Amino acid sequence: MLFTGWFYQLKMQAQSGFMVMTALIQPLIFASIAMADQQAGNRTLPLLYYALGAGIMGIWSTVVFGCGGVISWQRHQGMLEPLVMAPAPFVLVLMGITLGTATVGLYSMAATLLWGWLVFGAHLHLASPGLFAAAALITVVSLGLLGLVMGSSFVLYRNSNAISNMLEYPVWLITGLLVPLSLLPGWTHPLAYVLAPTWGVQALRAAALGGQASIPIVWCLVASTGYLLLGVWLVHVVEVRARRHATLNFQ
Amino acid sequence: MPQTANFSSGPAIEIDGLRRTYRTTTGTLRRRRLEVEAVRGISLEVGRGELFGLLGPNGAGKTTTIRVLCTLLLPTSGVVRVLGHDVVQDAREVRRRIGYVFGGDRGLYDRLSALDNLRYFAELYALEPSHLRSRIDEVLEMVGLKGRERERVEGFSRGMRQRLHLARGLLHDPPVLFFDEPTIGVDPVGAREVRQLIGDLAKAGKTVLLTTHYMFEADSLCDRIAVISRGRIVAEGTPKDLKSAASDRTVVEVEAYGVDEAILARMRALEGVESVAMEVRDQAQLLLVQARQADQLTARLLQLLEGIRVERIAAREPTLEDAYVALVTQE
Repeated sequence: MLFTGWFYQLKMQAQSGFMVMTALIQPLIFASIAMADQQAGNRTLPLLYYALGAGIMGIWSTVVFGCGGVISWQRHQGMLEPLVMAPAPFVLVLMGITLGTATVGLYSMAATLLWGWLVFGAHLHLASPGLFAAAALITVVSLGLLGLVMGSSFVLYRNSNAISNMLEYPVWLITGLLVPLSLLPGWTHPLAYVLAPTWGVQALRAAALGGQASIPIVWCLVASTGYLLLGVWLVHVVEVRARRHATLNFQ
Repeated sequence: MPQTANFSSGPAIEIDGLRRTYRTTTGTLRRRRLEVEAVRGISLEVGRGELFGLLGPNGAGKTTTIRVLCTLLLPTSGVVRVLGHDVVQDAREVRRRIGYVFGGDRGLYDRLSALDNLRYFAELYALEPSHLRSRIDEVLEMVGLKGRERERVEGFSRGMRQRLHLARGLLHDPPVLFFDEPTIGVDPVGAREVRQLIGDLAKAGKTVLLTTHYMFEADSLCDRIAVISRGRIVAEGTPKDLKSAASDRTVVEVEAYGVDEAILARMRALEGVESVAMEVRDQAQLLLVQARQADQLTARLLQLLEGIRVERIAAREPTLEDAYVALVTQE
């Protein structure tokens, strides 16, 4: 059931011009700025480092807009009621949606790597291709589960898009997607540690450029477990509240 | 009303003292909390295999009642059971056994084909993979969408969407079906097919609860009807029972041109006249006058309409619609 939900969500999102543009165009712009800056400033970090950061930025944007937007869209389409009244656990229904949405973000990963190679001449040699593939998969799953937490919290709010808009840029900044975490103020670190993009980008960079990828992968898995537990609880609370306060339909 | 659950032989639907209150706020600077009582103590039972109609004006509480039955809303108080399963305590068991078909354009994935929409919901309703395709073919055939299933829903007409709603509601072959204004916005031929299908489902032993604004639909389909007005049941019985409640009345239909409010007021003041409703059709005005004392009513009405062009005037037996209008207007 989870797979079917994931598949159809992916199919729908892949046909959405807005989601594809969010996943493709925006990360390319940021990747270009970062890589041009790297070349002009004679920085020590390789271009691939920035391309991967921009790729995760794209996945995050897709998750943030997709999960907030999808819930709002389900309600707009009148789909929340049929989904809630199906006997399948609502948490699995939502999980299929958020995992499918996060998977669309892989477009941006592929696009920024290709862009970096074609336009900036970035070397796409991966130090550990197997670990890179595993890190990409775990990152997508982890971001999808984080999307579940966000999405389930947003179910009750009719203006969930406003919350999505607020969350995009701060997370890009504090999770070290473009600027190394060590350059950011110490107070941001605890926030970064509970967010999956932090560990996802570290795992991908380590697997691609050489380094210890297993530790950030483990943290990514730990974060995923936390999101899953929190998501299951939140979905239950939210479903009961939505049935009590009549917020499932859009009237 | 039984206090214990009876899964195998009790009524299909049991509602005892259902109340549902909505809380909302009003005002911009000084926000005030408001409570709206949509359903105020409804009790009814629907037998297994019965086709039951729930009638009432907009905002009477019909959809709220159906949403509580479908586990989409929690009751504020009261007990609601479907096939013996409590909608609050045992929501998942209720969900397995019900299908909900509502009217309107929404409630489908537009970017997916009809087939994908059905496959997705077949998965959510845990249909056996080995029977999935044959069951989908069966319901597509039933609703007349066979051959169009690979088209994206965004290109569907309203009638086709409604058929797809029906197909989805029937997919898991539920014993209890809720139809919330299923023919709204559907063309006359399509609506007739939907009514035919609902009738066939009831003949096949399904329990059906139907809400509609079309009285002839309720009259032709339903075994029993409850009329809801302002959150309360004001009448319950067979269509014949309800019609007989208005049998002491005579209805006079008048088609005229140029009837003003003053004339309507004088008609309402006539002895024995219970209600006067006016509907404008193109240039003509159609007046429906219900009266208990019909003696000379036509003559008295014609007297009032002196100087007005009267195209047609005729007395007739009250219909279910007349009975319904009488019930909801006397509240």
